[in-house]
Amino acid sequence: MNMTRNVSVVAIAALMASLAAPAMAGDTITVASWGGTYQEAQTKAFFKPTADALGITIKEDTTNGLDDVRLQVTGNAVKWDITELGADECARGSKEGLFEKLDYGIIDKSGINPKLVHDDWVGISYTSVVLIYRTDVFGDKGPKTWADFWNVEKFPGRRALSGSQATETLSVAALAEGIPIDKVYPVDIDGALKSVDKIRGHVDAWWTSGAQAMQLVKDGEVDMASIWNGRAGTLKKEGAPVSFSFDQGVLTADCMVIPKGAKNKEAAMKALAMFVSPQLQANLPLYVDNGPVNEKAFETGKIPPERIKDINSAPENVKKQVLQDAEFWRDTLVEATEKFNNLVQQ
Amino acid sequence: MSAQSAFHASAGDLNAQSLRADARRESLRLLALLSPSLFLVFAIIVMPIGWLFWLSLFDEAGVLSSANYARFFEQASYIKTFVTTFKVAFIVTGACVLLGYPLAYMLSQLPRRAASICLIFVILPFWTSVLVRTYAWLVILQRKGLINSWLIDLGVISQPLSLANNLSGVVIGMTHILLPFLVLPLYASMKTIDGDCLRAGMNLGAGPVATFRQIFFPLSLPGLASGVVIVFVLCLGFFVTPALMGGGKVIMWAMRMEQTTSLYSNWGAGAALGVVLLVVTLALLGLFQWLLGARATGVWSSR
Repeated sequence: MNMTRNVSVVAIAALMASLAAPAMAGDTITVASWGGTYQEAQTKAFFKPTADALGITIKEDTTNGLDDVRLQVTGNAVKWDITELGADECARGSKEGLFEKLDYGIIDKSGINPKLVHDDWVGISYTSVVLIYRTDVFGDKGPKTWADFWNVEKFPGRRALSGSQATETLSVAALAEGIPIDKVYPVDIDGALKSVDKIRGHVDAWWTSGAQAMQLVKDGEVDMASIWNGRAGTLKKEGAPVSFSFDQGVLTADCMVIPKGAKNKEAAMKALAMFVSPQLQANLPLYVDNGPVNEKAFETGKIPPERIKDINSAPENVKKQVLQDAEFWRDTLVEATEKFNNLVQQ
Repeated sequence: MSAQSAFHASAGDLNAQSLRADARRESLRLLALLSPSLFLVFAIIVMPIGWLFWLSLFDEAGVLSSANYARFFEQASYIKTFVTTFKVAFIVTGACVLLGYPLAYMLSQLPRRAASICLIFVILPFWTSVLVRTYAWLVILQRKGLINSWLIDLGVISQPLSLANNLSGVVIGMTHILLPFLVLPLYASMKTIDGDCLRAGMNLGAGPVATFRQIFFPLSLPGLASGVVIVFVLCLGFFVTPALMGGGKVIMWAMRMEQTTSLYSNWGAGAALGVVLLVVTLALLGLFQWLLGARATGVWSSR
């Protein structure tokens, strides 16, 4: 334990030495994220260590997503130096030209899935969409795969799926059709919609927020649901009778960007480099269930081995899941979402 | 004679002239007094709505087009959402009238002190956050919620009723939140009904039912109409309650606006939805006005 701490201190010091320019001391940057326990974890894992190491002040704010960035950038009133977004939002915002280019001379991209490293956005953490079921209803013989979830004869019960995240529900619907995890992308949207059409009549709630998904399962309003792994983990910790696994999960990345026209671009770039570094990335799963985006984090020795198996982005778990393709959704999201809404909202 | 009448005429002229000048000065002064609020209304209501309308005419590439409006007809879900919105608004308004009218009537008949105590119970929920009340309803109505567990324990039902995450949940939640908006104007107008009119009716041989039907009810209509209009219009723009109680199956227009605004990269897509709702709402208000007369709606009149 002491050893690993010393190693990390040395590593941070080394990183700091390579990054910290004297001009930076006293700079202030503003970072926006999703708020809640996730942002609290980020504060402990990323923001505070970075502020200490670089000698800057990191102010925090919360975001509602791409709309906020678009509003700030197009309105010439950029408040944030770094903001978090969903990967598909990053891909779309990038197409709209809302972000500053990132300097990969400063940001070390090794260890990050190349699909999440782009000119103007970089991955920061992973969330998984997993299948959760109540053990007081099914015992340990609950639905394990999405095909099970779709099988209403074998697994009668009330169901909930995401209504707001069409991308997630369509990925899951493709898996339910028996498509192997490495063949899900590019998603056959019409095929996936047909699959949604089959289960639509048996869905009792289409959730629109993580909190709602959690409440539906917790209160027994539904017996099985798609849910984000962080919320599922919280339910389990609270002692709710639920079971879930990463089998056939849908890995969704979050990303960070520097909005175009950010006031303190240089400091932001250096802070972002710290956020994605293996040392700080390894801090994240110590506080929250969102997995690190940098797989080198698992080699730092900071994360206890028994914790690693519960982390969605641990190499063992990544193999069982589908990674959402942000660039696929960048080009198909609008059409797919409209079609999905036509199907679901009737 | 002619000299005298000429004098009178010119004096009258003079008088009229100065009276007119006076009136002009008066209205200018009034205008000056009004100008800050007129400016405010213009700056924070008229301008943004005009801008919204302007934005709705541009597509994602920033080119003038009708794409934002054409979408309503290309995608079936928009029409469905629109129909759902008005369906919910009608049901909720109806429920508010059925519950609110007897309540307001009772309040208006109670002695002053008792009435003010009862009014507190109407107003108190008014001060509680909509979000809190909606979650409370969720706890009460859901499958393993209070109502279902009581009814099952009492043996009234064997299968839980589906009260939440569907239309009935939305209607119950919204009716609760909007009820005071009907009761308060209705109560106010019922209080102004002159008791002597009712007594006169009774005196002339009308029974209680006839008195109510022929005297009290018509006199309470203006208050009822303004309550109905307020509730109906508020319904059309409701967001929180349908979003939480509808289980994603009852999508109302405001929810659709939120979805559309985040889905499309141009503000026009969401703006078009706003414009459509505004136009339809104004048209409906106009219809109410025409049907019930200016005094009845109370929205434009100085009542």
